[in-house]
Amino acid sequence: MNKFVRHDGLVAPLNRSNVDTDLIIPKQFLKSIKRTGFGPNLFDELRYLDEGFPGQDASNRPKNPEFVLNQPRYEDASILLTRSNFGCGSSREHAPWALEDFGFRVIIAPSFADIFFNNAFKNGLLLITLSEAQVESLMKQVEATPGYRLDIDLAEQVIHCPDGTTLAFEVDSFRKYCLENGLDDIGLTLQQADAIKQFETTYRQNNPWLFRAPVA
Amino acid sequence: MAGRTLYDKLWDSHLVQQRDDGTSLIYIDRQLLHEVTSPQAFEGLRLAGRRPWRLDSNLATPDHNVPTTLKERSVGIGGIEDEVSRIQVQTLDDNCRSFDIEQFSINDERQGIVHVVGPEQGATLPGMTVVCGDSHTATHGAFGALAHGIGTSEVEHVLATQCLIQRKMKNLLIQVDGELGERITAKDIVLAVIARIGTAGGTGYAIEFAGSAIRGLSMEGRMTICNMAIEAGARVGLVGVDQTTIDYVARRPFAPTEEQWEQAVAAWQDLVSDRDAVFDKVVTLDASEIEPQVSWGTSPEMVTGINGQVPDPASISDEPRRRGIERALEYMGLHGGQNIKDIHLDRVFIGSCTNSRIEDLRAAAEVVRGHHVSSSIKQAMVVPGSGLVKRMAEREGLDTIFKQAGFEWREPGCSMCLAMNADKLGAGEHCASTSNRNFEGRQGYGGRTHLVSPAMAAAAAIAGHFVDIREWSFNPERETA
Ligand code: SF4
Repeated sequence: MNKFVRHDGLVAPLNRSNVDTDLIIPKQFLKSIKRTGFGPNLFDELRYLDEGFPGQDASNRPKNPEFVLNQPRYEDASILLTRSNFGCGSSREHAPWALEDFGFRVIIAPSFADIFFNNAFKNGLLLITLSEAQVESLMKQVEATPGYRLDIDLAEQVIHCPDGTTLAFEVDSFRKYCLENGLDDIGLTLQQADAIKQFETTYRQNNPWLFRAPVA
Repeated sequence: MAGRTLYDKLWDSHLVQQRDDGTSLIYIDRQLLHEVTSPQAFEGLRLAGRRPWRLDSNLATPDHNVPTTLKERSVGIGGIEDEVSRIQVQTLDDNCRSFDIEQFSINDERQGIVHVVGPEQGATLPGMTVVCGDSHTATHGAFGALAHGIGTSEVEHVLATQCLIQRKMKNLLIQVDGELGERITAKDIVLAVIARIGTAGGTGYAIEFAGSAIRGLSMEGRMTICNMAIEAGARVGLVGVDQTTIDYVARRPFAPTEEQWEQAVAAWQDLVSDRDAVFDKVVTLDASEIEPQVSWGTSPEMVTGINGQVPDPASISDEPRRRGIERALEYMGLHGGQNIKDIHLDRVFIGSCTNSRIEDLRAAAEVVRGHHVSSSIKQAMVVPGSGLVKRMAEREGLDTIFKQAGFEWREPGCSMCLAMNADKLGAGEHCASTSNRNFEGRQGYGGRTHLVSPAMAAAAAIAGHFVDIREWSFNPERETA
């Protein structure tokens, strides 16, 4: 997992609420054997005019010019600004995988679905919850200002806006720690490697039959 | 101090670290891997530059989307016609090779459904913690092992750390006492349990199945019961260790031998709940009242006895329940009050990690012997749970009995249990199935599943509809010998 300390990036507005994980990444792509490579199929049904299937070269597919991420001005966006209840529906971890693979590092919304929230942090995405009014105001500014960027300082827990104002945000201290140190669950557990080894040594002495190769 | 339940003991013996936030680090003895939920975990390891913590704790086999026809199987991985399935199976093969993980590959005789293979090999042992990226991992609890399904991130977590971050569950005791009626099987017990407590009845609990009726079951029967704990909402199902457990495990390839065997057996004696252990909830069932069970709806709790009727929604006052039943009946194409025995059947599937072991096949063959599949049945298939089960059945001549009766005899895999390979129901078709889930579309888009025991499925294939197995006319062995 990449470390997250401070991020300055272009903002794309996805002006709708209740974006579910099926919309984020449709089910046919779950047949993939990869955790990466979902980027081209992020928001597949919104992004393309035809029906997508796994393994296809997305570059030749007809794009929906109306869809926000297809507009040239948002091409390099890494911050997604959206509405309430983002990430609802199925628990698929493919949703954060797709957002991350596309290049998003931060998602800002008034609220997120529970499971998605957990899955996203596990995969190095920073989810920021702001009030409806703050999101509304940002949404207007982003839409009105080509090249609108935000500078997000995780350590200080503030968003620096282009007009010089700042917006404070909350983040759970454990999750913040994981992000800042680039630690996923595995990284954290591995910090306890000595404890695991110690347990394993005693356990092995007491249960030697669990540590043996099969008899051919 | 109050006594501990079997679950408490297993938890305590694997506890590496307890944390302030209520989570614990639990040591994992065995991870079983298959092709569908492992690729991203291996990729994650690779991207992070990590190695598996303990190679010998992992064992892999492809099962979910391997084809079951000899035509495709005889060629190995290259013979899998569906490209996506082929890539998944190939990827498991590649990952096992590159990480040096033991795999029973597609053409290995030991290949099969992970939950059949683990116990068969002795890779599931009493007292272990067993995980797999599959919810039916509960099966392995039949050995007094703490076993449950996990997600892909957790598969990777176990590969990398040999541990899982867990919260302790509560204890639920399901006590089934009394004598089972003739021809009543483990499948009927577990369906009756689910009908009683509901599909969410076990949510948040580890279920221990106990009582004289459970003690009287073979290991295969106990596996059938624990397999479906998840259908009652519980991730874990358990049966305490006794001589039946130990006899089953003895001399299996992964089981300890000689001195270590003695040592292990001594340790396993403690793998039962203490007499004074306290359970958070207790449910009791009288085994003698259990009839052959048949599911009529789209949830495993929608079950009734063979002589029963499909419920009439009009008679149900509880609004959400009534709507649930109405929706299920609409999907199933059934009407309230219809006799279970009058449901028209199109296909019969004998297989899955619930009922594809040798005893299941023997029970089905005994019913089939000397009969022929009804002309109204489009397809009746038997899919052994592993290559070794298949070979054993063939040595006993069971394949001949099935084939002579008009059944298809297939290669091992998950097959029509979840229709990820070519074995599927057509829309609207009714299937008598020995599997564990009757969800909408589970066995194919629009397919209608009725969960039953192997003997009941076999009899339904012959009769063309459900019949009471207790009234079946069995043919003596010599007639077809
Ligand atoms: S047989 Fe069915 S339930 Fe069992 S592991 Fe395979 S797909 Fe899952």
